[in-house]
Amino acid sequence: MNSFTGTGALIRLILRRDRVLLPIWILFMGLLPLSLASGTAALYPTDAGRQGYIDGLAANPMLVMFYGPKPLEPSLGALVFWRSATGIVILAIITLLMVIRHTRVEEEAGRRELLGSAVVGRNAGLAAAVLAASGASVAVGILVALGMMSQDTPAAGSVAMGLAWASAGIIFAAIGAIAAQLSEGAGAARGIGLGIIGVSFAVRGAADMTDTGWLNWLSPLGWSHHVFAYTLDRWWIFGLVAVASLAFTYLAISLSARRDVGAGLLPPRLGRAVASPGFSTPLALAWRLHRGNMWGWTIGLGLVGGALFGGVADSTTKLLADNEQLKEIMARLGGDSVAADMFLAGTMGIGAIAVAAYGISAALKMRLEEASLRSEPVLATSVSRMSWASSHLVFAFLGPLVVMAATGLSAGLVYGASTGAVFDDLPRVLGGALVQLPAIWVLTALTVAAFGLVPRLAPGIGWGALAACLMLGQVGALLGLSQTVLDLSPFTHTPRVPGGEMAWTPMIVLTAIAIVLMAAGLSAFRRRDIPVT
Amino acid sequence: MENAISVSGLVKNFGPTRALDGLDLTVATGEVHGFLGPNGAGKTTTIRVLLGLLRADSGQATLLGGDPWRDAVTLHKRLAYVPGDVTLWPNLSGGEVIDLLGRLRGGLDPKRRKDLLKRFDLDPRKKGRAYSKGNRQKVGLIAALASNVELLLLDEPTSGLDPLMEEEFRQVIAEEARNGRTVLLSSHILSEVEALCDRVSIIRLGRTVETGTLAQLRHLTRTSISAELASPPNGLAELPGVHDVHIQDHQVNLQVDSTQLDAVLRQLSASGVRSLVSQPPTLEELFLRHYETPETAGANQK
Ligand SMILES: Nc1ncnc2c1ncn2[C@@H]1O[C@H](COP(=O)(O)OP(=O)(O)O)[C@@H](O)[C@H]1O
Ligand SMILES: [Mg+2]
Repeated sequence: MNSFTGTGALIRLILRRDRVLLPIWILFMGLLPLSLASGTAALYPTDAGRQGYIDGLAANPMLVMFYGPKPLEPSLGALVFWRSATGIVILAIITLLMVIRHTRVEEEAGRRELLGSAVVGRNAGLAAAVLAASGASVAVGILVALGMMSQDTPAAGSVAMGLAWASAGIIFAAIGAIAAQLSEGAGAARGIGLGIIGVSFAVRGAADMTDTGWLNWLSPLGWSHHVFAYTLDRWWIFGLVAVASLAFTYLAISLSARRDVGAGLLPPRLGRAVASPGFSTPLALAWRLHRGNMWGWTIGLGLVGGALFGGVADSTTKLLADNEQLKEIMARLGGDSVAADMFLAGTMGIGAIAVAAYGISAALKMRLEEASLRSEPVLATSVSRMSWASSHLVFAFLGPLVVMAATGLSAGLVYGASTGAVFDDLPRVLGGALVQLPAIWVLTALTVAAFGLVPRLAPGIGWGALAACLMLGQVGALLGLSQTVLDLSPFTHTPRVPGGEMAWTPMIVLTAIAIVLMAAGLSAFRRRDIPVT
Repeated sequence: MENAISVSGLVKNFGPTRALDGLDLTVATGEVHGFLGPNGAGKTTTIRVLLGLLRADSGQATLLGGDPWRDAVTLHKRLAYVPGDVTLWPNLSGGEVIDLLGRLRGGLDPKRRKDLLKRFDLDPRKKGRAYSKGNRQKVGLIAALASNVELLLLDEPTSGLDPLMEEEFRQVIAEEARNGRTVLLSSHILSEVEALCDRVSIIRLGRTVETGTLAQLRHLTRTSISAELASPPNGLAELPGVHDVHIQDHQVNLQVDSTQLDAVLRQLSASGVRSLVSQPPTLEELFLRHYETPETAGANQK
């Protein structure tokens, strides 16, 4: 028996355990470019039309940061390769989390010990997780390539595009394996892994926004973009990807050899022997469980992200100064600050989707506490179900408020500082951040309703709703979906401020919907069995 | 008030699975009551109903004179619960969990807490994820035992403890009992139940199959007899209360209900006894009798 014995059996185990989730996300990710391509082909059938579309988008440095370097030719394939690049990041996040789920989470739950005593080699678990995630990435890549070919794009470019997608999945599977070795907790491992993706994204974005070529090679996410499918088709990048993935996996394996099962490389710290005097209420417990996430979002998205948005906003105005035609359009629309306002309203809208993810995950904390049986001993004390649930909901609903307020303040201050009109701009930008809240609360409250009524389905419903809103908001219009369908997303109803017209009715209606959903969830939770496992 | 817990005809279904099927349970105030049954018999489900976490489909349950579902919050001030599998928050220390659960229940005795930490040899500074199964169990036990409550609900609380700690646990529970606390102890370990419990209920497939004091239950057990006789025995197998009779020439092995021992001995001496070995009744046999029979435990479909 060698250290990889049993890898095949463990891969089958992973495929069995993920038999529902895996096909769903492979299909979803794999078909995303196809749906974009058919939509784009219908809307922009000519090269000239596509070039105009590309120039319009690429004029905004923020979008270059999001989507990567703009395509070198206006062919349909090159445009879709560029426009669907967010999918590459999502795929990287999925495979990273998948590997952590099947390594560190298993270990934390003690199931790794169970398997370790069976005929399974020491490295089999790690290898199986990386291979399964890589296999899934390849499956996505194949679907991407086939889908693109079905839209009459060149075969070589389609294959390069499929490989570029698969590459990101494979590399971040290996990086996930490294993250899983570093800490004892799965939560911290996820944090480290997502942090690496965040840094890769920021480095890639900064490189493309400032056109600093060499910086790009530091980011594995950049490698996929720089394949430039349909134009340069740089095949050699895949050699780089293969070498790097093997090296990362090797690093993960050698890190894993240097630690005990269950332990991390970073030593655990001791806690308090006696709880602090205030640690005596359900709310104090909830604060301990939620505060890390809340600080992370407030600082990461709120302060840092906000400052970034605010800083770039003013430069959109300056960029327009060079483009007479656009400047004229903007002037007709309402003056100099229109471009910056539109940019700020747009980024707040994208930020809101991210903050909704935070709200949903905070609400799902209740489900996590229940399913892990940690809620049981608490509810066996004289804590009522209502006070237990409300103490979590404080964070699920007010947490997004704190994050959006931080984003608005930070963006408003930085933008105001660059325009010199802080007192004017700060309230407008802050308002643009806060108007997003009702839509965010609707998704959070929907998750709470699901938690009360159909607890097992709560994660699926919460994340599914978010994915649907993301789809509707990002590509809905491009796919030519009708307004009735687009209206299903609460974000469709959020007023576009600053810049647009403030509308109070949708805000009130959305908030009312959120209250009703939350009340429904809580009243069902009061009546139902606990724990539902 | 007479009974700390009284449950009758309790029924609980989980979809097609009938977890409790008319269960009866009475625990008198001040007694240590053993709650035994094979895996899946419904012990945990019963305790969760008593905690007001699950709502029974039918039947009555009274806990400390109140309704476990309706009065959950006030009743919980007067009881402490230890689950069979204590799960902790990965980033909270054991000491914090002990204090939190104690305070949420209405306070805990700091002297007792210190004493228990020492007796169970637990480092309260470690974070939840750093504890082994046995140590997590200790955190749950100390959190429950450090409070001054009337009733302890313990669901297989010693799973994962080593023999030394198991012994410590017995001593602590014996002290609790002397101090007048009522204990419902669901358990798998017979010696533990024999050492601690005044009365025992055995459940199977969601029903109570035996209940009584240990002496009464012993009465239900069988003595095994192995005898060599002068002449071949006859009529033994027909006697009431006789089981598993094996006869080979003059050698006979059998089991007999303790109530029927007298008749069997008379029948044996009629054939002339040359040698006789009798094994005293053990509770173990009684339990095995209820535990054995096809492993239907998991598949108790309606
Ligand atoms: N939440 C649940 N959903 C479905 N079935 C359950 C649930 N909880 C317990 N059961 C079933 O009810 C029966 C009794 O379980 P339990 O009370 O845990 O038994 P014990 O604690 O005696 O081992 C078992 O068949 C178990 O599978
Ligand atoms: Mg149980």
